[in-house]
Amino acid sequence: MKRTLFGRIWPNATALFLTAGFLFPVYWMFSTALKPTGDIISEDPVWFPLAPTLEHFRTAVSAPNFWGYVGNSVTVTVLAVGMSLVIALLASFAIARMRFKGRRGIIVTFMIAQMAPWEVMVIAIYMIVRDGAMLNSLVPLTLFYMVMVLPFTILTLRGYIAAVPKELEESAMVDGCSRPQAFVKVILPLLAPGLMATSLFGFITAWNEFPLVLVLNKQTEAQTLPLWLSGFQTNFGDDWGATMAAASLFALPILLLFLFLQRKAVGGLTAGAVKG
Amino acid sequence: MSVQSRRTADPPGTARKRGNGGPPRTSQRPRRRTAGRAPYLLLLPALAVTVVLLGYPMVTNGVLSFQNLNMGQLIQHVTEWNGGDNYRQILGSAEFWRVTVRSLLFTAANVLLIMVVGTLTGLLLARLGPRMRLTLLFGLVLAWAMPPIAATTVYQWLFAQRFGVVNWVLDRLGWHSMADFNWTGSQFSTFFVVIVLIVWQSVPFVAINLYAATTTIPKELYEAAALDGAGVWKSFSSVTLPFIRPFLYATTFLEVIWVFKAFTQVFAINEGGPERLTEILPVYAFIEGMGNQHYGMGAAISLLTIVILLALTSYYLRIVLRQEEDER
Repeated sequence: MKRTLFGRIWPNATALFLTAGFLFPVYWMFSTALKPTGDIISEDPVWFPLAPTLEHFRTAVSAPNFWGYVGNSVTVTVLAVGMSLVIALLASFAIARMRFKGRRGIIVTFMIAQMAPWEVMVIAIYMIVRDGAMLNSLVPLTLFYMVMVLPFTILTLRGYIAAVPKELEESAMVDGCSRPQAFVKVILPLLAPGLMATSLFGFITAWNEFPLVLVLNKQTEAQTLPLWLSGFQTNFGDDWGATMAAASLFALPILLLFLFLQRKAVGGLTAGAVKG
Repeated sequence: MSVQSRRTADPPGTARKRGNGGPPRTSQRPRRRTAGRAPYLLLLPALAVTVVLLGYPMVTNGVLSFQNLNMGQLIQHVTEWNGGDNYRQILGSAEFWRVTVRSLLFTAANVLLIMVVGTLTGLLLARLGPRMRLTLLFGLVLAWAMPPIAATTVYQWLFAQRFGVVNWVLDRLGWHSMADFNWTGSQFSTFFVVIVLIVWQSVPFVAINLYAATTTIPKELYEAAALDGAGVWKSFSSVTLPFIRPFLYATTFLEVIWVFKAFTQVFAINEGGPERLTEILPVYAFIEGMGNQHYGMGAAISLLTIVILLALTSYYLRIVLRQEEDER
């Protein structure tokens, strides 16, 4: 298609403008975190950290119990995602590969479960966990996060499994593998990108979850990083350098994961969905 | 989460390629009996944890909503049923209806902005050269990946009354009364910040999904349209639009759900303030239930919130269910 000079300039100009708009808050977070306090509280903004300092990161990391929060977040996230992957693999294999009565009903159930209004059910969950004497524990958090990401994991993996040609599995079975063996030896390796994509989304959900942990775990020792960050903001409100350093520390793992895996994940997701 | 939209939004036809699994093969016949129970066994763990951990809170929520459950009853572990009193009280209160209308307007404003900006950005991505596209994708992905709680903290800094860069820019642009403006001091300005924040975080999802959708459109269709003398608008409306329509439906549906439930951003920016003027339904339920310790009342508000959410999405839900039925 032919394009006039004008017709080529405006999309690029718009794109640059949009890129700046989307990037700016992220840039402002990191750059503020690196600026000396004098540059942060100046009448005219300092646009670039000319004299970068790690002082604010030190403040954030040495905040009370920081590593406790990190440990809790990592534990809860890894366990929740790991458990949901195992359970989802079994379920999605059944859905993708077998014909049975009630299959459609089960798919629809998971689709509806995926839309579950967790944010709205916090009071009921609080009552249940309280009656089970499990407030301020990581166990209920892990379990609830697992169920939160489970429907998504099942429905996505179902697409990936369906995308693996049946013939591969059948030929392995002709060669003497049992069905579980064929699954582990043939399908599982081919699912690597799918497992990566689904665990990425599960990881993000669990890492970021806020309302539930806000309600369930009032004691610092049992809290996760989202609560640390919101509390940090309240306590260090005037110290924007430290607050932005804390926000950066919390966001960094997710931003890196996204950047590294994004192409693979999005590409994989498209493939999985089309074959689904 | 994007996958789900993909699946439900597959252009007609693609989803069915898998077929109905083909006719049963003779070689599978001896396995019939084991296959009969196997799928249920495989599904058992998934169904069990979903029923226990999702179904049980749902039911509890319903049960609690018929109880008079405040701090006193909670401490003494007594159950006081009060029939439909909670509902009568809520539905009769002007406050509830104000919050409901506010929630609906809030959702509508956000979703409208997200869909318009997101769609235009997605179409722009499709038009750009590879290098510029990568640049824009980079910006989009970073905004998308920002955790909501971190993003909210950053927006508090951008819109900070003192040393906030937004106030500085507005002042420089000649709007001097904004130099020391307190954004979280009034209802509309607080909502303004929240809406900018949510739109900024949600546009990437729509744009990238939509761009991915346009890449599945066969080039030949555009060539054919050009041969027929179709202009830019005509080739958009007769080629692009039919392809992306299912994606638009699916993403709108998802955004309605997400925005309607947007607890984290609204709560973290100012805890529903000033003076409870920015409470949307989930925040209202939380503050009534947990904050003011009217647990039964909070549960009733949650239930009503879920009902409203279902009503908002029922039309699309029906399409999804029907689609799944067709696939079989």
